Amino acid sequence: MKIRQLSLFLENRPGQLRFPCKVLGEAGIDILTMSLADTAQFGILRLVVKDWQRAKEVLEAAGVVVNVTEVLAVDVPDRPGGLASVLEAFEKAGVGVEYMYAWGERERGRHATLLFRLEDPDRAAKLLQAAGVKLVASDELFARASA
Amino acid sequence: MPTPVLESGIFDPAEILPADERRVLQARRLAETVRRARAVPFYRDALGRAGVSSDTIRSVDDVRRLPFTTKDDLRGHYPLGLLAVPRAELARIHGSSGTTGKPTFVAYTRGDLDTWSGLVARFLVAGGLRPDHLVHVAFGYGLFTGGFGLHYGIERVGAAVVPAAGGNTPRQVMLIRDLGAEVLICTPSYALHIAEVARAEGFRPGDLPLRLGHFGGEPWTEEMRVRIERELGIHAFNNYGLSEVIGPGVSGECPHRTGMHVQEDHFLVECVDPDTLAHVPDGEVGELVFTTLTKQAMPVLRYRTRDLAALDRSPCPCGRTGVRMSRVVGRSDDMLIIRGVNVFPSQIEEALLRVEGTAPHYLIEVSRPGSLDEAVVKVEMRPADFRDEMRQLQELHDRIDREIHAVTGVRMTVELVAPNTLERSAGKAQRVLDHRKR
Repeated sequence: MKIRQLSLFLENRPGQLRFPCKVLGEAGIDILTMSLADTAQFGILRLVVKDWQRAKEVLEAAGVVVNVTEVLAVDVPDRPGGLASVLEAFEKAGVGVEYMYAWGERERGRHATLLFRLEDPDRAAKLLQAAGVKLVASDELFARASA
Repeated sequence: MPTPVLESGIFDPAEILPADERRVLQARRLAETVRRARAVPFYRDALGRAGVSSDTIRSVDDVRRLPFTTKDDLRGHYPLGLLAVPRAELARIHGSSGTTGKPTFVAYTRGDLDTWSGLVARFLVAGGLRPDHLVHVAFGYGLFTGGFGLHYGIERVGAAVVPAAGGNTPRQVMLIRDLGAEVLICTPSYALHIAEVARAEGFRPGDLPLRLGHFGGEPWTEEMRVRIERELGIHAFNNYGLSEVIGPGVSGECPHRTGMHVQEDHFLVECVDPDTLAHVPDGEVGELVFTTLTKQAMPVLRYRTRDLAALDRSPCPCGRTGVRMSRVVGRSDDMLIIRGVNVFPSQIEEALLRVEGTAPHYLIEVSRPGSLDEAVVKVEMRPADFRDEMRQLQELHDRIDREIHAVTGVRMTVELVAPNTLERSAGKAQRVLDHRKR
């Protein structure tokens, strides 16, 4: 159920965000979604691509510091209060959220998809499924992206 | 109340001793120093290897037969392995930053402290200090020789001291104004900072009661002197010293400002090529080497200062007969002086090694955006240390920051940078970029 996410270390200066994007572009790798966290000194760019191994290889060959982490994709009802209800399930299951960001697409009126970085992804996946939260596997997620 | 001696600006008649008389005195004191140094195992061995004993010292030129002493030798005998007297005879210990985490200590007997105060008094009086003056000392009081060294020298002259020490510049301005100090003592860059703060508080140049300044502890330029004199409305004098030799008081300027008069009756100075160790002719820049002639607790033989300067033996109109040294124009090693504190790149290396998970690829960039030095340490991330957590990165950053401060005593800005982004020239990493104007 887990999705591989690449985390990239960025210095906080001009051109630092463009460089890895350019490297991936030249390798023909499509970025499906991304999120940027930053402080005054440095940033972390998190992104999801289909072929994470190749993406990691080309980035590292270009001198980028890359770390692979696992996130869970969760379908959230596309209605007011939809995310709150899912988070309530997280809370009941005792699953802590480190950070989250949105998947690029949603099916309007049905569901939006969010990526969650959770403390213990394996344990969290079991607990959340038991609590009725809809997790999306990477195959399905990528199939949606190419549809 | 000024004495006749003080009116002439000469504190000690030894300053105007005829050169031939001084050479006789120096030769006698050099032989005594060699005899005293033999109480130190390190020097006994080194002198034995060089085949020198006090009997073989007949003139000052025999100093060339003595072995050199380096900062590494001091570090190798940490903490007090170079004492020439029993510990019970010590009266004080000072220290300077070592090349790694531990300081280099220097020790003084009661007699050494007395000598030292007299030497500081000499350059202060040469530069206009009089017993009726009030002197504001903004040097740190502590292991650093600046604070206490100047303090007792001022008292020796008979002037009054405000031991303000460092920090809190607006308060320093207030003290100078309210107490009416005529003389300021600190590093030249701090003098400029005081001037800036005074200006920000609405003072115009010359509004403060200051008339004189004695500045040292770091190299500075004539341009800085002009700025300090204009901004504070004072006469600014340069002085030189280093703790390994005694502290401030090794040399200082007279009103003619033709260079700093070396107190030659207490220190023999040589100027050598740092690579070949051969003497360079007067007027040419070389590394200064000092041999103490009167120090009891820790005599040093031919101490290699790593400071680059030139010597001048031409007569000075002030009447002092000793050799003069130019401003220090550079270093023959990689030592940096940041806000008056000696910092070696090896200290940064040690701090980084203490922080588990940082590779020792770094660059120290020093600049002086205003009047005070700023240092940025860029540290390359090692891929293995990077995880997907902001918190972990922040923690790594903060630990490096803390360790650098702990090892060097100086606050520096730490920047984590991507691997292999710091320039390496010919495979060798460049450790320091100093953007300050010399």
